[in-house]
Amino acid sequence: MTVTASPAIGSAVALKCRECGTRYPLDASYACYECFGPLEVAYELGNVTREQIESGPNSMWRYEALLPVVPGADARPGLQAGFTKLVRADNLARELGVKSLWIKDDSGNPTHSFKDRVVAVALENGRRLGFETIACASTGNLANAVAAAGARAGLKSVVFVPSNLEAGKIVTTAVYGGTLVAIDGNYDDVNRLCTEVAASRDWGFVNVNLRPYYAEGSKTVGYEVAEQLGWRLPDAVVSPVASGSLLTKVDKAFREFIDLGLVADHPYAIYGAQATGCSPVSQAFNSGQDVIRPVKPDTIAKSLAIGNPADGPYALDVVRRTNGAIGDVTDEEVVEGIKLLARTEGIFAETAGGVVVATYRKLLREGRIDPSAETVLLNTGDGLKTLDAVEATSKPTMVISPSYDEFEAEYSKVVS
Amino acid sequence: MSASVRIPTILRTYTGGAAEVTADGATLQDVLDSLDAQYAGIAARVLDDNGALRRFVNVYVNDDDVRFLEGLATPIADGASISIIPAVAGG
Repeated sequence: MTVTASPAIGSAVALKCRECGTRYPLDASYACYECFGPLEVAYELGNVTREQIESGPNSMWRYEALLPVVPGADARPGLQAGFTKLVRADNLARELGVKSLWIKDDSGNPTHSFKDRVVAVALENGRRLGFETIACASTGNLANAVAAAGARAGLKSVVFVPSNLEAGKIVTTAVYGGTLVAIDGNYDDVNRLCTEVAASRDWGFVNVNLRPYYAEGSKTVGYEVAEQLGWRLPDAVVSPVASGSLLTKVDKAFREFIDLGLVADHPYAIYGAQATGCSPVSQAFNSGQDVIRPVKPDTIAKSLAIGNPADGPYALDVVRRTNGAIGDVTDEEVVEGIKLLARTEGIFAETAGGVVVATYRKLLREGRIDPSAETVLLNTGDGLKTLDAVEATSKPTMVISPSYDEFEAEYSKVVS
Repeated sequence: MSASVRIPTILRTYTGGAAEVTADGATLQDVLDSLDAQYAGIAARVLDDNGALRRFVNVYVNDDDVRFLEGLATPIADGASISIIPAVAGG
């Protein structure tokens, strides 16, 4: 297959195999016919200025010149994801004994996770390619994002999830009214089924046949971090790792900003965080392997429970190239991470955010991350979606009758 | 041993468009050899230059990823169902 007069989509000019470099038109395909390698969007980025970006909308569409979308996305029906807060985390920094710490809080997205970003780019391309139904395989957050974006855009949605998902993520998908298919199996089983369904249905699966576009949406996390720091790069970023895609796209965003002259070239390290119960990328990193051995996930961090992460090898490459590291933490530490962030910064993260905070703390204790490095922790989702993780340890301090005397008596016991 | 093999879209140019074909073999390696005898060149798309499964292809025998079984040495029972599927990630 060769590229024949395929029109550019914004600055995107082709799909290109990450493994062998074969180029394809910008249509709904994701695997190389030559080698099965994943396809990625290739760009010819023109001149993009800070002023141009700053004058754009307060959403991820301020970066549309750097994304594979037909210009004018802001005016089309969508959820207006992105441009979430970058929060200065001085209390947490003090508690951990580090110099300068930020939380990129993507729980502020329309459906409360960073998945609204990737769905936005996939949806734009699904619409461009004429799909009437959008679909996905999901561990929950993506399910919310696809169901909501489909509703806003007036498209049908079909969402596939493992049946053992947190109740919060089932409700927050089903409420948007699309078709929700719960499967007795883990995410890797769901993913496999969707790959087969995608081959026979004329649907736009955001993370299968629209995946090359979808994945680019994650770059906007990196762009925003750099812009919100005042057009400069941090020393370090700690990203959760599920498929490994987000971590690699944050790196891609930083390199594009350097290449475009939007930020000074500054060395940065990218760190990955996994839950020990599903840590194939951490295991490969810490044993010096290039090959990722799939695992059967067993962790409360279900949004990260991908046992066979397709972008894992690329995540390893990025972490090694930038002199970062990958760590993993137990479910108990995940809960501690959630509560530590909530207690110090008033941010209630879902389990993936707990994984990031706890892994950062662990890497600090092990001397694997520099406490003087200005560091950005990525919180990718909202704790309200994973209440069951903290329910058992988050109870009223006291339960009393409406009696002043009883309050005084009980309160004096807990506050000394 | 005869097994049914589900062929992904990107390999159907080899099978004349067929989505499912049959092949023989006692192990997955044998089945791939049998496939290649019927559809010349197809095995080289699934295996790399060293004869190992390519990094971005997943093969399932009766719904189990062969990386959890014995890889190319995985035994194939008569009537087994094999799927060849490109790896994709998501979340």
